[in-house]
Amino acid sequence: MSPTFYLYLSAILFTIGTLGVLLRRNAIVVFMCIELMLNATNLALVTFSRINGTLDGQVMAFFVMVVAAAEVVVGLAIIVSVFRTRRSASVDDANLLKY
Amino acid sequence: MTHAALHAAATLTPTMHTTGAFSFTWLLVVIPLTSATVLLLGGRRTNSWGHLLGVAAPVASFVLGLILFAQLIGKPASERSFDNHLFSWTFVGNFKAPANFQIDPLSISFVLLITGVGSLIHVYSVGYMAHDPGRRRFFAYMNLFVSAMLLLVLADNYLALYVGWEGVGLASYLLIGFWYHKPSARTAATKAFVVNRVGDFGLSLAVMLMFATFGSFTFTNVFGAAGSADHATMTAIGLLLLLGACAKSAQVPLQSWLGDAMEGPTPVSALIHAATMVTAGVYLVARSAPIFNVTPTARLAVTVVGAVTLLFGAIIGCAKDDIKKALAASTMSQIGYMMLAVGLGPAGYAFGIAHLLTHGFFKAGLFLGAGSVMHGMNDEVDMRRFGGLGKYMPWTFATFGLGYLAIIGFPGLSGWFTKDAIIEAAYHKGGTSGYLLGSAALVGVVLTAYYMTRVMLMTFFGEKRWAEDAHPHESPEVMKWPMVILAIGSVGLGYLLVLGSRFADFLAPVVGKAEDTAFKPIGLVGILTFVVMLAGIGVAYLQYGRRRVPAVAPVAGPLVVAARHDLLGDAFNESVFMRPGQYLTRLLVFFDYRGIDGFVNGFAAFIGGTSSRFRRVQTGFVRSYALSMFGGAVVLVAALLLVRG
Repeated sequence: MSPTFYLYLSAILFTIGTLGVLLRRNAIVVFMCIELMLNATNLALVTFSRINGTLDGQVMAFFVMVVAAAEVVVGLAIIVSVFRTRRSASVDDANLLKY
Repeated sequence: MTHAALHAAATLTPTMHTTGAFSFTWLLVVIPLTSATVLLLGGRRTNSWGHLLGVAAPVASFVLGLILFAQLIGKPASERSFDNHLFSWTFVGNFKAPANFQIDPLSISFVLLITGVGSLIHVYSVGYMAHDPGRRRFFAYMNLFVSAMLLLVLADNYLALYVGWEGVGLASYLLIGFWYHKPSARTAATKAFVVNRVGDFGLSLAVMLMFATFGSFTFTNVFGAAGSADHATMTAIGLLLLLGACAKSAQVPLQSWLGDAMEGPTPVSALIHAATMVTAGVYLVARSAPIFNVTPTARLAVTVVGAVTLLFGAIIGCAKDDIKKALAASTMSQIGYMMLAVGLGPAGYAFGIAHLLTHGFFKAGLFLGAGSVMHGMNDEVDMRRFGGLGKYMPWTFATFGLGYLAIIGFPGLSGWFTKDAIIEAAYHKGGTSGYLLGSAALVGVVLTAYYMTRVMLMTFFGEKRWAEDAHPHESPEVMKWPMVILAIGSVGLGYLLVLGSRFADFLAPVVGKAEDTAFKPIGLVGILTFVVMLAGIGVAYLQYGRRRVPAVAPVAGPLVVAARHDLLGDAFNESVFMRPGQYLTRLLVFFDYRGIDGFVNGFAAFIGGTSSRFRRVQTGFVRSYALSMFGGAVVLVAALLLVRG
């Protein structure tokens, strides 16, 4: 099985994530879509590592996972906090910071 | 005598280093300056004795001046120039400005005139200003004036002369506006100041041009190099000096301020606007003799200005009903004679200065007489409200009368000697210009005789036309005696100066000397002058002595109306300089507002407007931000691919 298919999968997952971020209103879903994009990237990195026969991509993927874990903590805390004050998790409702 | 020889004669006199009394020359200036400082800083505490100090200062300077004069006379003619070096004012590179005073025959003549006549007028002012609450301030300003005027004539370089020049301008401004509660006095002071700025501009340019050309402004250096300098430059310097002289001496075209300057107290008019300050222009030309000697063009300009002004002033004098303004117009006219004389070059310098000295006496006397009349008539100045005052003010009448005879050039009095000499010198110049200048001076004699006789008749003769509450009386002793002394000077100074060409010889080391300076009054010109003078008196007598003088100025022809309004000098200035100037200002203001400000403000408004439109992009919707980030990322990737592919 050619590693290229992993790349196609990665691209499809990334696109789904992107569309989710751009189109969905629920903050939790948007957040999950971001995770999806990160993991699609991880998949691409690992695939490139396999193709090139080096470990660089895998090391990179670990870094991305660490960042994603930290980001989840901070992001979920923010979403919970926003939900507590506004009784809503819609990203469109949190639009006070504007012109 | 050729120009070169003249120039040599004017600069040959070696400057001696100061010894003995001459090292105290600086005291002449410092004494009145100290007094002015004390009086101005002392304030009200000095009110009780301020006038005494104010009189003592010029008298002290006068005594010192007499001592210096006696010392100077004791030296041989070729050694009569002494420099009193005080300190180095500024030394920057080539720019050297030493503070030096110079005593020579020309400056000592002025020192004696300024301090002598000045002292008399100060004494007179004690009485004249006795009831004025600002008497101390008055004396402070007068002392300041004397100090600045002495600095002007004692300076040995043009820069220090310029300081004195501005100093007398300041004192003149302060004294014209002395009664600052009167709007007319304030306006007159401002007018005098502004008109004088025009002249000061010319003088300062002349000084700068000298520095640019010769690298120095000391008289010695400038005059030493004047002969070999570029002719056009010398003409330019001469004309710029003339511009300065025109403003200070109220010569056409900068004559308009002098009539209004009569708003000041009468002693001010006598000292500053008759005897001394207004003659500074004549001094400037005479002092710059070596410059004018090499440039006939500038000399011609000086003579033309003088001739025009002497007629201009005389015509105005014929129509004025205000006694002080009539005398002011006369001053203008007489200074025109002096300008004419000094413009003639070596043939005229001595006569011009001699007329300046005698004029200083008789015109100061006339002004003090006018002040005395006003003092007795509740400050009335309209001659149509005078009449028959001779009986009530015998001393004023007698002294004024002697001054009158002197100014019209009655044979034997001082004005006769000096004015006749100027007319002779003008005719002697030869050619068409000499003929025209001499004839202008001769017409001036008729007019002078006419307007002065008119003043005499309207004031001291005829029936009374007084206001009801007028009680004319003779002035107190302190005012009487200065008038008497000035009258004696008006009678006798002519003999002293002109006979035997004494004064011309005295001045020769400074201004050079023509071969022919002997006084010959009984020539054709002398007789002609006498005849036209009698004609002027006769016409005035027929008009104002035989007929009643109306108490209100009668309706008159256009020339008389113009003369009553200073020959439309103000109207000319207004239409030629003021209005176009205002339009120019408005144009510039418009350009400033619409052009410069318009561009700057418009640009700011453009940036502001665009920004507030762009601000709308910040919607607050997170997803739209995400979209733009996505778009940006796509563009970046596309760009990378393009560059690599």
